[in-house]
Amino acid sequence: MKELIDHVAVVTSVNHKYGDRAALDDVSLEIPSGCMAGLIGPDGVGKSTLLALVAGVRKVQKGMVETLGGDMQKWSHRRDCLTRIAYMPQGLGKNLYPTLSIQENLEFFGRLFGLNRRQRRQRIADLLAATGLSSFAGRPAGKLSGGMKQKLGLCCALIHEPDLLILDEPTTGVDPLSRRQFWELIGRMRKRRPQMSVIVATAYMEEADQFDWLAALDDGQIIATGSPFELKLQTGAETLEQAFINLLPDCKKQERTEVIVPPRKSDDGEIAIAAIGLTKCYGDFVAVDHVSFEIERGEIFGFLGSNGCGKTTTMKMLTGLQPATEGESKLFGKTLNARDMQTRRRVGYMSQSFSLYEELSVYQNLELHAHIFQIPNRQIRDRLQSLLERFELDEVRDSKPTSLPIGVRQRLQLAVALLHRPEILILDEPTSGVDPIARDGFWRHLIELSRKDGVTIFISTHFMNEAERCDRISLMHAGKVLAVGTPSDLIREKEAASLDDAFVSFLEQDIAAIEEPEAVRDIVKEAAPKSSTTKERIFELRRMLAYTIRETKELLRDPIRLIFAIIGPIILMITFGYGISFDVEDLPYAVLDQDQTLESRKLLENFSGSRYFTEHDPISNAKELEFRLRSGELKFAIEIPPGFGQNLLAGRSPEVGILLDGAMPFRAETARGYVQGVISQYLNALSLQRRGVPLQISPAVIETRFLYNQAFKSTYAITPGVIMLLCILIPSMMTAVGIVREKEMGSITNFYATPVTQVEFLLGKQLPYVLLAYINFISLFLLIMFLFDVPMKGSFFALAVGALLYVWTTTGFGMLVSAFVKSQIAAIFATSIVAMVLTMNFSGFLTPVSTLGGGARFMGLFFPAPYFQQISVGTITKALDFPDLWSNHVSLALFALVFFFVAALLVRKQEK
Amino acid sequence: MMLGRIHRIYRLGVKELYSVKSDPVLVFLLIWAFTFMIYQVAENAKMEVIDASVAVIDEDRSELSRRIADSFLKPYFKPAVIISADRVDTVLDTGEFIFVVDIPPKFEADVLTGQMPEVQVNVDATAMSIAGNGASYISNIITQEVRSFLDQTELIDALPLNLVVRAKFNPNLNSSWFMAVMQIVNNITLLAMILTGAALIREREHGTIEHLLVMPVRSADIMIAKIWANGLIIIVAAAISLLVIVEGALQVPILGSKGLFIGGAVFYLFSITSLGIFLATLAGSMPQFGLLTILIYIIMNLLSGSTTPLESMPYWLQQTMQFSPSTHYVSFSQAVLYRGAGVEIVWPELLAMFGIGCAFFLLALWRFRKAIVRFS
Repeated sequence: MKELIDHVAVVTSVNHKYGDRAALDDVSLEIPSGCMAGLIGPDGVGKSTLLALVAGVRKVQKGMVETLGGDMQKWSHRRDCLTRIAYMPQGLGKNLYPTLSIQENLEFFGRLFGLNRRQRRQRIADLLAATGLSSFAGRPAGKLSGGMKQKLGLCCALIHEPDLLILDEPTTGVDPLSRRQFWELIGRMRKRRPQMSVIVATAYMEEADQFDWLAALDDGQIIATGSPFELKLQTGAETLEQAFINLLPDCKKQERTEVIVPPRKSDDGEIAIAAIGLTKCYGDFVAVDHVSFEIERGEIFGFLGSNGCGKTTTMKMLTGLQPATEGESKLFGKTLNARDMQTRRRVGYMSQSFSLYEELSVYQNLELHAHIFQIPNRQIRDRLQSLLERFELDEVRDSKPTSLPIGVRQRLQLAVALLHRPEILILDEPTSGVDPIARDGFWRHLIELSRKDGVTIFISTHFMNEAERCDRISLMHAGKVLAVGTPSDLIREKEAASLDDAFVSFLEQDIAAIEEPEAVRDIVKEAAPKSSTTKERIFELRRMLAYTIRETKELLRDPIRLIFAIIGPIILMITFGYGISFDVEDLPYAVLDQDQTLESRKLLENFSGSRYFTEHDPISNAKELEFRLRSGELKFAIEIPPGFGQNLLAGRSPEVGILLDGAMPFRAETARGYVQGVISQYLNALSLQRRGVPLQISPAVIETRFLYNQAFKSTYAITPGVIMLLCILIPSMMTAVGIVREKEMGSITNFYATPVTQVEFLLGKQLPYVLLAYINFISLFLLIMFLFDVPMKGSFFALAVGALLYVWTTTGFGMLVSAFVKSQIAAIFATSIVAMVLTMNFSGFLTPVSTLGGGARFMGLFFPAPYFQQISVGTITKALDFPDLWSNHVSLALFALVFFFVAALLVRKQEK
Repeated sequence: MMLGRIHRIYRLGVKELYSVKSDPVLVFLLIWAFTFMIYQVAENAKMEVIDASVAVIDEDRSELSRRIADSFLKPYFKPAVIISADRVDTVLDTGEFIFVVDIPPKFEADVLTGQMPEVQVNVDATAMSIAGNGASYISNIITQEVRSFLDQTELIDALPLNLVVRAKFNPNLNSSWFMAVMQIVNNITLLAMILTGAALIREREHGTIEHLLVMPVRSADIMIAKIWANGLIIIVAAAISLLVIVEGALQVPILGSKGLFIGGAVFYLFSITSLGIFLATLAGSMPQFGLLTILIYIIMNLLSGSTTPLESMPYWLQQTMQFSPSTHYVSFSQAVLYRGAGVEIVWPELLAMFGIGCAFFLLALWRFRKAIVRFS
């Protein structure tokens, strides 16, 4: 219990690099336990990296990180202490599952930490009551406002009663009221569990002022530690913000001057933007409810409100991105028309999330947009250069946006929005996640644009000091505008001390009017202090089920995917059962009869009478014959030379020419066989007629027995193969995006930060798809039995077991691809190509495996499909049972294991 | 104005090219699919009787039975393997051999005494692609061996009629010609559909498309940019594959005009990339898109006539498949590359592909804005 004494985390000489860029540069830090510790500093200085290292989510590159008294590089310690740490990553609700309800999200986290049903029920009830979320327990996380998402995130983090809570910018992008409630909540939780240590990274200095201990970071280095009071004392500053700036090296300090907003010259009062009763409904839900306001030319108009209150939707309606359900918007007095290209040139828009191309460099992004706006080529260079300089982007002009800190990316977005010199700028939370210094710089640009160039700026923000700089602001809540006015008017109206307080009181008044707030219960119940580290088991059923249940629920919430997955194979089986056929019939042919005698007609009668052939109009000359074969109209042509009849009668063996279209070899071969058959029939008849005996062609009888499929019907041979084909393509496609999607969406963090193991994670995610694929198998099997009347000759049990092993393998194949690739596109690409080509060609579906040679045979051997093909065809048409097929079952089981373990090796338990 | 628009479309397309370039796995898969995979499929997956596996049960052990066993020659058959009589069922059950020829005891003696002995050829009829044709080859081979053993070759001359069968366009009925080109067609279909559609969904998921729509860019411009850029990538890959892999490595003599084939590919890619975009406007997320695409692709691929002949399908299905551009492109490529057909023959196919392409394009355009507003 040594770690309880003073330090919850000790970081010693840690270096961390992303590519060439150093995020942390020889950092050593001791974070005290049992208190609120904060990390402050601008963006991109390494706060998030440091937190991720302490939480064990990121792999330590160099140096030593000790959390809760143990080395985080030691696998065993990390595994054992993960249950005692809770980690909430940056970004609103990034580790939550949007289609799952609040209750279900919490259940998932509860299971991940091995809580049993009783514990889960009790803690979820407690947490929901404490956060006031009880009445929304059934609402999907994706439909929550930002503040509620963060509360839910906190509940998820606290469900296992951790000893260390790590919060990465938990209040970024959250409105003041929710922010206040959030910190009150943390305060209550700490009262309840006083031994719990909290480490927070934040961009809000006023929040940091409330913490017990702070570490200030800059450029990957610690520049100061101590209590807020100590920091202020040390630097002789009044506010923490000032203290931080004083701590910065001199070169950076100089940039910092107070942002001054010069008064706006009273303009002609032309209305640049007007919203008149704008309303947007999604079904029953009214996102924006009759919003009206007017913004004058050159005005900076601030838009405040909690996340999810309709700000973004309103802005999108003003840009024409979203059609309004009701009401209209006017730009410069003209009703907005989404298709009007001229209006679009007058507007610059910056969306909330980064929406430029990550695969293009900074300069290429600017260049692309310059071309889109058709800026004349000779002006492009100068204009881009001046933008690069103005927004201090010159240094990073060739970098990709992904490698840049948020603040820089936002500057780039602003530069892009300004590129075509718009008269109106619509900026949706441009400064969320940007540090104070960068924000000030950003605002200087805005003020210059407004005051010097007369650009109208419509901006939404969560920062009160930014709101105070606006000419006018409007407060929005739950789709309605609560108040519009200058900041000072609004403060006066509420007789508040600050804009922040005024905002909160406007909100409280409104909430009181519409929904009775649930009395937030204060549960100050002493929770039993948790015993020290317990050994974690390698496999825990409950943790695996957490993923299984979650994956199943997500699948059920996506009916389109579910329906495609279930109905799709059935439709395909029906189509292929009828469509894929080697039964060649009705071959179109025509005759070039240059003889036109009784003999030639007699010969040709044999063709026209056959069901294998369909006769087309006769051919008149060699050129036509060539043309009609070439056009594909005829699959073969019969050429009878002049004098055929005479020569035949004279016994001079005249020639009959058959010209086959060899473009499709299989069809040509079959046609040749048929033609030879017809001719020998004719010869037999001829011989009988002339000599009274059948023509003896062979001195031996050759009896051909077609086994397994006496009727020689394609259906019998093809349909078992179609089961094989569909049971790999659909299931592997279902699982192929599973892991890589979690990586792209960010929920993979839950796998890093919780004690769940690779085996539990993979198996849990795979199970629902195994079940689904087995449903596919059963439906396909029933279909071929009852629709196509294919008799089941062998052991159903052998088939059923084989199919289970097979779908296990094929879903595992998808998981393997998913663990390997980096993007969802690549996952879809790889799965479809590999599965399609190998299954179609090298698995005995259309061409028998025994005829394959070289590389193809080899590829086939290392793919599960041919083994199941053996089982499927063997049991259905060949009347086989386990004794004949067991080796295939064993092979499939081995494939399942190998795929699984390779995937487990590829999925890392930590981010690099 | 028009010129400006074209310039914009060009620029947006160049951006697409950068996107593909930035995903190395994707680039690798593209190259792999159009080179190695084409080669392997063409060389190895045969639909004609090539390298068929034959086993012989020699219960006679005579000169003649040995001659028969040795008469199965490349390229049609692998050298025959002698097995014991009790293994017939096993080897057929496991698919080890497709044909088992059973020569009875006293066969040679019976042939010499003119008693018409019976040779049994057992065929695994689940190997549909070669069972029928292979069986008739085998019976021809046996007949010929027995005849030549009896020195009865003159019998053939005695036939009252001389049947000359010639296969045009592909005299040896070599299916690697066929498979190679069909594999290119299949690759074009799959890759063009996924590349274009997924590019749109990714832009939607990353919010970049929304950003484009507030700028003076029309939905149609974005679509055309995606179509030309992704189409270009595929067409270059296909052309290289045709010249280097099919003509070079596989030594397939291409009869027809390669220019026309590539020209037709332009029409085809227009229809397929439009379809890809259309599917992307229907799907709400990448997983949905993947599933939808694979379902559509399997149908377009297996029933286009590139695998089994179109004429073998029921009439209603043949008619339905006329709505798939792949059906037209397969028959177009067969006509052009093998039969050396010119524009005067294949223009209906070109027209059909263009028409279907336009239909998908308009459908996609109609859904485009709606889908972006709805799903993002």
